[in-house]
Amino acid sequence: MDIIAVKNLYFTYADGGEALRNINLAIPRNQIFVLFGPSRAGKSTLMRLFNRLSDLSENATHQGNVLIDGNDVFEPGTDVYDLRRRISMVFAVPTPLPGSIYDNLTYGLRMSGMRDRAEMNRRVERSLQQAALWDEVKDRLKTSAFALSGGQKQRLCLARSLALEPDVILLDNPTSGLDPLSTATVEESLYELKRRYTIVMVPHSVQQAARVADQAAFMLDGEVIEVDSADKLFIHPKSKRTEDYITGRFG
Amino acid sequence: MAVANEPASSPLATAPAPGRRWGEVIIESIIKIAGVSVIFIVGFIFLFLLWEGLPAILDIPLRQLFGPQWYPIEEHFGLLPLLFGSLLVTVVAVLIALPLGITTAIYLGEIAPPWLRDILKPIIEILAGIPSIVLGFLGWIALAPLIQTMGAPTGLTAFTGALILAYMALPTIISIAEDALYAVPREYRDGALAIGATQWQTIWRVVVPAARSGMLIAVMLGIGRAIGETMAVLMVTGNAANIPAFSENWLFSPVRTMTATIAAEMGEVAQGSTHYHVLYAIGLLLFLITLAINSLAARLIGVSGGRRSRPGGSL
Amino acid sequence: MTRQQTHRIAITVMTIVSAIVVIPIIMVIGYVIWMGISAVNWEFLTQAPRNGMTEGGIMPAIVGTVILTLGTAIVSMPLSIATAIYLAEYAGDNRVTRWVRLAMVNLAGIPSIVYGLFGLGAFVLFAGFGTSIIAGSLTLGIMTMPVVISTSEEAILAVPQQFRTVSLSLGASKWQTIWHQILPQALPGILTGMILGLGRAAGETAPILFTVAAFYLPQLPQSIFDQTMALPYHLYVIATQVPGMPVSIQYGTALVLLGFVLSLTLIASLVRTFMRRQREW
Repeated sequence: MDIIAVKNLYFTYADGGEALRNINLAIPRNQIFVLFGPSRAGKSTLMRLFNRLSDLSENATHQGNVLIDGNDVFEPGTDVYDLRRRISMVFAVPTPLPGSIYDNLTYGLRMSGMRDRAEMNRRVERSLQQAALWDEVKDRLKTSAFALSGGQKQRLCLARSLALEPDVILLDNPTSGLDPLSTATVEESLYELKRRYTIVMVPHSVQQAARVADQAAFMLDGEVIEVDSADKLFIHPKSKRTEDYITGRFG
Repeated sequence: MAVANEPASSPLATAPAPGRRWGEVIIESIIKIAGVSVIFIVGFIFLFLLWEGLPAILDIPLRQLFGPQWYPIEEHFGLLPLLFGSLLVTVVAVLIALPLGITTAIYLGEIAPPWLRDILKPIIEILAGIPSIVLGFLGWIALAPLIQTMGAPTGLTAFTGALILAYMALPTIISIAEDALYAVPREYRDGALAIGATQWQTIWRVVVPAARSGMLIAVMLGIGRAIGETMAVLMVTGNAANIPAFSENWLFSPVRTMTATIAAEMGEVAQGSTHYHVLYAIGLLLFLITLAINSLAARLIGVSGGRRSRPGGSL
Repeated sequence: MTRQQTHRIAITVMTIVSAIVVIPIIMVIGYVIWMGISAVNWEFLTQAPRNGMTEGGIMPAIVGTVILTLGTAIVSMPLSIATAIYLAEYAGDNRVTRWVRLAMVNLAGIPSIVYGLFGLGAFVLFAGFGTSIIAGSLTLGIMTMPVVISTSEEAILAVPQQFRTVSLSLGASKWQTIWHQILPQALPGILTGMILGLGRAAGETAPILFTVAAFYLPQLPQSIFDQTMALPYHLYVIATQVPGMPVSIQYGTALVLLGFVLSLTLIASLVRTFMRRQREW
């Protein structure tokens, strides 16, 4: 079974602007699934629906289903906090919370009620290693997270999500503010991570999409235009609009 | 706990984890109750004033209540002198404070160099922080003798009170007028300056008219501030509950305001007496006047417009 | 007269008017210090009044004002902060919220003497607390609420949205987010508003006239159901009610009151500056 399935999903913001129209997607496990397209295509909006961060947009309405392992996230009894730990999001702007590196990494765990110090320490180390940050910060876990460089901050945010041991990681343009070297480091870690996690990502560029994707969906004006495996989609797109975008004719 | 490298097959946890969430439900309920408590407090204050003030309105013939004689000892409870006192002092105070306040706001907002503004604004904030009793004390001990030397029979006059009230209302007037000026779009100024107007012409013909409604609010809140002030006017207006004859110089006659009357007499009345209830009725009147002024100002400002926006929505 | 001349005259007039506003403020403060400083010494601050208040110090009034200030904080703080959290985080854009805001504006505009009447009727008489510290603190506490609510709400709204989003995205609940992220970051602003409100309460006379203030009470209060002297009322008493009062004691009392109130204002701005500097974002 696909880990995420989206069925006939519509989403409208409070101001009446229709952000998503009739989305249908199936995202398989342990792959990097890329959502790409021009800005305002609805990529981030769609991702936020996967773990109901969309709830933060007041008075927005939706129709259709988002299924995680076959369970609808909009089902009334859903524990949205548990959902967000299982489908964890990393944002475009790396945003450490005030406090130390260690505090950041354990925040989600503590909020879930975890008290076990040893388990927290184990997860801190493991998540930092997975995000390729352990060697750089292992001696200063108690120092402020704001002292890190931009690239380190973004890897910290990734590690913070990983510490929750989620099923899916949502990456919303995680390399937008980063230099090429940091970008490479983050991308590098993605190949490792997909062995354990399912990754859904909005890439920084078509090039990045093509580099990292196993499967990709091209979005435009709130619709999914085309979904396919990366090999096919970036080389032989079926849709004219996809081709125009990939070859740089608009976007 | 989901083990990440095995296919997660557990269904999404339904129902919030018990125990931990109960505390939250209680706290959030408390917050919601506290949130609306101010409505009840205002309502409660109103009902209390009404409860204690109503007997006076019912007991005393209206003709006497709005008559010109305030002699509580002889059971004469005519509010006219007190209304007159409050009105005179407030109007004069606002007439003094308004030109001073608005000019200062324009000076601070449009003309003063930043370093000077950084000095002047804290000083004006200090004025807002000076207790009214201290200003009343100074008015009583230093200003009143000064005014007496200017030829008045006594230094404790409506004018003395109005002068002190004017300064007390200044911080309010200045800060609201400044906000109003600040809200005038940059383009208005640039446009006027671009067609060759001097800075003064720009201010006088463009900026000030554009800030008109804000100025109106400044006036209203200034009035609200002045009419409710108690201790300073109690000390410096001479506390004579009479209406000066037309021939007299009103401004330099002693008067007594509604607020001062309550402050001066409440300590000496018997609970439940007519006098006691009349003082509550005066309180009720003050409450209603300020309620009207502030509600109107709030409507003009738009502060009563529900949820304040925060960029990016909310939780 | 040319336009340039008009401009120059207008600017000059405005400068003079601003000076007319600002200079008396400096003069007032300078004058109180000048006239009062000679009376303020250790004995004045630590002794009770003697000989019909014409000698000795003002210690009971100072202590009374400090107690009332603390009492005001205890009454006002929890309710105000809860209201601010409600307005910033829970209130919908609906009629109830508009009513709350309107009530706040009006609460802020109620004359202080009317608070005094309310305190007398509600707390002294109706609730049966008598003229007491608790009645005075309740009255002052309610009076202080609007300032504390609006500054706290502003402080809460000023916490950048992304911290909320991040906290929620890590599975924190709304209340956890408020408690662990928003309140700690809004604390400087909340404290600033609180201290400002207390400064105003400490200088108020009208609300305590009938609810707590004692004319002359040389010993300190023993419980919250006792009366107490307080600086603002004491100043009123010795200025207008006691014949033959030495002027230096009057100015000394005014100076101590002014010093107390203004130092609270100063502390508020120091708290804000200091804690802003500590802040990492």
